[in-house]
Amino acid sequence: MTKETKELRVSAIKNGTAIDHIPADSLFNVINILGLDKIDNTITFGTNLDSQTQGKKAIIKISERYFEDAEINKISLVAPNAKLNIIKDYEVVDKKVIEIPDTFDKIVKCVNPKCVTNVEAVSTKFTVVDKNELKLKCYYCEKITSKGNIEVV
Amino acid sequence: MKNKSLISINDYSKEDYLKILDLAAKFEANPVQKILDGKVVATLFFEPSTRTRLSFESAISKLGGKIIGFTDAASSSVKKGESLKDTIMTVANYSDLIVMRHPVEGSARYASEVSKVPVVNAGDGANQHPTQTLLDLYSILKTQGTLENLNIFMVGDLKYGRTVHSLLIAMSHFNPTFNFISPEFLKIPDEYKLFLNEKGIKYYEHSDFTEYIDEADIVYMTRVQKERFSDPIEYEKVKNVYILRNNMLENTKDNLRILHPLPRVTEINEDVDSNPKAYYFQQAENGVYARQAIIASILGLDI
Ligand SMILES: [Zn+2]
Repeated sequence: MTKETKELRVSAIKNGTAIDHIPADSLFNVINILGLDKIDNTITFGTNLDSQTQGKKAIIKISERYFEDAEINKISLVAPNAKLNIIKDYEVVDKKVIEIPDTFDKIVKCVNPKCVTNVEAVSTKFTVVDKNELKLKCYYCEKITSKGNIEVV
Repeated sequence: MKNKSLISINDYSKEDYLKILDLAAKFEANPVQKILDGKVVATLFFEPSTRTRLSFESAISKLGGKIIGFTDAASSSVKKGESLKDTIMTVANYSDLIVMRHPVEGSARYASEVSKVPVVNAGDGANQHPTQTLLDLYSILKTQGTLENLNIFMVGDLKYGRTVHSLLIAMSHFNPTFNFISPEFLKIPDEYKLFLNEKGIKYYEHSDFTEYIDEADIVYMTRVQKERFSDPIEYEKVKNVYILRNNMLENTKDNLRILHPLPRVTEINEDVDSNPKAYYFQQAENGVYARQAIIASILGLDI
């Protein structure tokens, strides 16, 4: 696939961020985690695109918007292989890969139904105790929520 | 530790444990010290636990403090639907320290975030009960003269028993050997075995009492609860396997002591009670000194 045909699928932006290599079935989770449904910027996305490495993938392009590492790293939960292109004046000026952060606040549901975060109006907080296996320890009930049962709230 | 809540055994370092134990010994030598004069401690029991509450209230009384609170959620505003946050924020205005027990896991940590006064966790569901662990440590130290290099047997429900999990974490600082005795489906969870492996601590698992009990320094008994069994026949089969009887103690070491967080049901036969190796009632007494030490150190009171 040439670069041009790829660009045609999701129209180019002048300034902003392109997030590539999102698993297609994680697209809406990424939108949700980054709060893209709540901002006014122009956003274009393509999904179910063929990817050489991961089956069907999705791309999101957000105009006039750049992300702090701490913010963008949250999507490692659902799109650990995502790549960022930082675009200025139609040129890719920087590339970033996603890293798993040390903590996750608010976005993951605790797997323990008896946890205070599932009973009272309390936002969740987790520390990452294992980055390879993606194991998150709840700050409140101290139970582990791991890869297979991570649910984004 | 001053002004710091005690929510989880993981909040304290080895040095913190030793400081508390040292202080507990001073309170045992001289239990009535009115250092809490003019202070108010709230004991909020969102679920009843008579034993733990009485132990705390005894500790507070010996320190000369006043107690306010409730003994179960039914007699409090919680029944009217008040949130935990509102209850804690209100009570924090009336007290210098909050002791709370709550069935929801993580509730004590949350309370410590919203409270302007320190919180002591007196049990949050199946999660943590750190004052129990400190009194267990105190009992072990007192009876063995050391916490180092001991052979500790844990018996019964090792899967759900939070007291054994917390004690295991706390003792891991002192190079122990563990022997776990439990039915197959109440075995110690893998996460604790991984923890012990990482720390290089030796442990052995058994499905019933073995002759190795003759090597034990501490036998920590817990209750195997009927509710844990989906099959009542299975319960009937195993319930007699995990009962400690006096004749099993014949060849055990002189320094062996039997501990149990209480209440006991049938897992320690009453014929053990008169054996000098039975220590569970003194252990309960030690709880008062340990709690005096915890309260005094959190409130920064010198003795
Ligand atoms: Zn939790």
